[in-house]
Amino acid sequence: MGSEVRPVSAWSPADAGDERESLVVARGLTKRFDGFTAVNGIAFDVSAGEVFGFLGPNGAGKTSTMRMVAAVSPVTEGSLRVLDRDPASDGAGIRAQLGVVPQENNLDEELSVADNLYVYGRYFGMRRSQVRDRIPDLLEFAQLTDRGDDKVTVLSGGMKRRLVIARALINTPSMVLLDEPTTGLDPQARHLVWDRLRELTRQGVTLLLTTHYMDEAEQLCDRLVVMSDGGIVAEGSPRQLIAEYAGREVLEVRFLPGDRDAVLTGLDGVGSRQEVLSDRAIIYGEDAEQLTTAVSRRGVEAASVLVRRASLEDVFLRLTGRGLIE
Amino acid sequence: MSHSGTRLLRGSGKSSVGGVPTHALGASRIVERNLRLARNSWVVFLSGVVEPVIYLFAIDVGLGRLVGDVVGPDGTPVSYAAFAAPALLAASAMNGAVYESTFNIFFKLRYGKLYDAMLATPLTPSDVALGEIGWSQLRGLAYACAFMVVMGVMGLIASPWAVLAIPAAILMGFAFGAVGMAVVTFMRSWVDLDMVNLALLPLFLFSATFYPLDVYPRALQLLTQLSPLYHGVALIRGLTLGAVGWGLLGHVAFLAVMAVLGGVVAARRLARRLLP
Ligand SMILES: Nc1ncnc2c1ncn2[C@@H]1O[C@H](COP(=O)(O)OP(=O)(O)O)[C@@H](O)[C@H]1O
Ligand SMILES: [Mg+2]
Repeated sequence: MGSEVRPVSAWSPADAGDERESLVVARGLTKRFDGFTAVNGIAFDVSAGEVFGFLGPNGAGKTSTMRMVAAVSPVTEGSLRVLDRDPASDGAGIRAQLGVVPQENNLDEELSVADNLYVYGRYFGMRRSQVRDRIPDLLEFAQLTDRGDDKVTVLSGGMKRRLVIARALINTPSMVLLDEPTTGLDPQARHLVWDRLRELTRQGVTLLLTTHYMDEAEQLCDRLVVMSDGGIVAEGSPRQLIAEYAGREVLEVRFLPGDRDAVLTGLDGVGSRQEVLSDRAIIYGEDAEQLTTAVSRRGVEAASVLVRRASLEDVFLRLTGRGLIE
Repeated sequence: MSHSGTRLLRGSGKSSVGGVPTHALGASRIVERNLRLARNSWVVFLSGVVEPVIYLFAIDVGLGRLVGDVVGPDGTPVSYAAFAAPALLAASAMNGAVYESTFNIFFKLRYGKLYDAMLATPLTPSDVALGEIGWSQLRGLAYACAFMVVMGVMGLIASPWAVLAIPAAILMGFAFGAVGMAVVTFMRSWVDLDMVNLALLPLFLFSATFYPLDVYPRALQLLTQLSPLYHGVALIRGLTLGAVGWGLLGHVAFLAVMAVLGGVVAARRLARRLLP
């Protein structure tokens, strides 16, 4: 189905050289809550037109970072510039140009779907007629055209999420922040949301998103940082990160609890690197066939052996020794 | 599907926005949001108008007959109903504003994510505070107007100054609403909210509401003058009875300072709670 969204260029022709302008510049960015450090001196740049991701497990500091960028949470230490402005002194000016999709939906539960868009546009100081003109397009973008008069409370989780995303576009933002856009959605609803986000990326809009799903990060992000315990542990495109930290292919050797030691002894020295979890060993290498042959030649007593491509999950495991989803 | 041609996205870049809102308008957007919701709840407005009528009749035909005349603010005798009616208006201005700014805001702060959504836009905590109190005073306005009409019909208005009782009631609403909102940001549970009623009752009884100040003992008189309700009652009573003097400006100043201080504290506290 076609969309209402008319393509726009990623950046103005004047900027179209090699040097893309940075919409977010963070240096030594730190957030503390009563002495607890949630974000610990991170540095990153977000360029115009890219989809930039924060990948990390719960508690890594993603939301705290997003809230500082959204100018709704004061920076404790370090420097942060958003859209060339200082959030401390010009928060309202920054917020006027951002679209924000928070981790938890915060729709106005007492209002209808269309009224949610209407009052939100008014919060931005848009003229009544301007907001009314935009509502049909946004409803179509959210695939909620027939639901304008419904209360938001009757919408499904996926519909609410799409409405929050559409609402974030009401002010024609320069950049859209999405905090875990698909967490808690079923697979079908997730794919619909991804589809809407790709529609935005096709138009070259700058997206800043957080996720703890490695598939989401791989599918959507041009570039991402991996976060753990308030810090950034790696940065690059999904491909670069996988190539650098995980290799190409992976062999997962599952074992029964009692066979653990025997299996690990048998696997000793196979592949370029190994990670051992409670129920399986993960073996990294360039060629899965070689790995499989090596394992079977040694007669390892595995419960199952699985070959797959290396993923961002492996990158995270390598960097932190932990999985992304506990 | 054909495109409407409306641009949904600006694309990337630091291009300046056409419609950055001017700040003064921020609060009015919040009033507008509440108004949109209230389109279906005009019953609430109606009840606000009917209630004072019932009260006034009760006082006029009941208590008033029993008590007869009392000494008015300027020493001349007035009917008890004419004496008590402005106090009723003042008390309801207080109760309405406090109820809105405590129970209503407590609920929104605790259960709704409404304010989070508002503050992700250019709106600020001050806009939220001013907008919510301003909204509650729209109701206050309807209430005060209805009350004055009924007072007029019942012959309880002694002077054209009485028209100013309406803005006076609104000023009271802002003063009590602002302090109520500042207080509610400190509240943790519904039990804390019961303290609100506990605080309002003595105010209601000891603010020279239903009898003149000089019936109190001297010590209590001084204490009474610290009561914001006392200043509201004295102001509105002076206006409806036509006992107008420079002293009334003192009451106005008291309420204005209360509104400003309450508003500043409320906005700061909202920022601390909502923008950690
Ligand atoms: N308002 C707050 N007060 C105290 N601690 C907080 C607050 N917000 C977040 N934290 C803590 O900061 C850490 C990072 O949280 P968050 O930024 O929400 O991580 P993520 O979004 O990656 O799950 C967590 O340990 C969390 O408990
Ligand atoms: Mg989070």
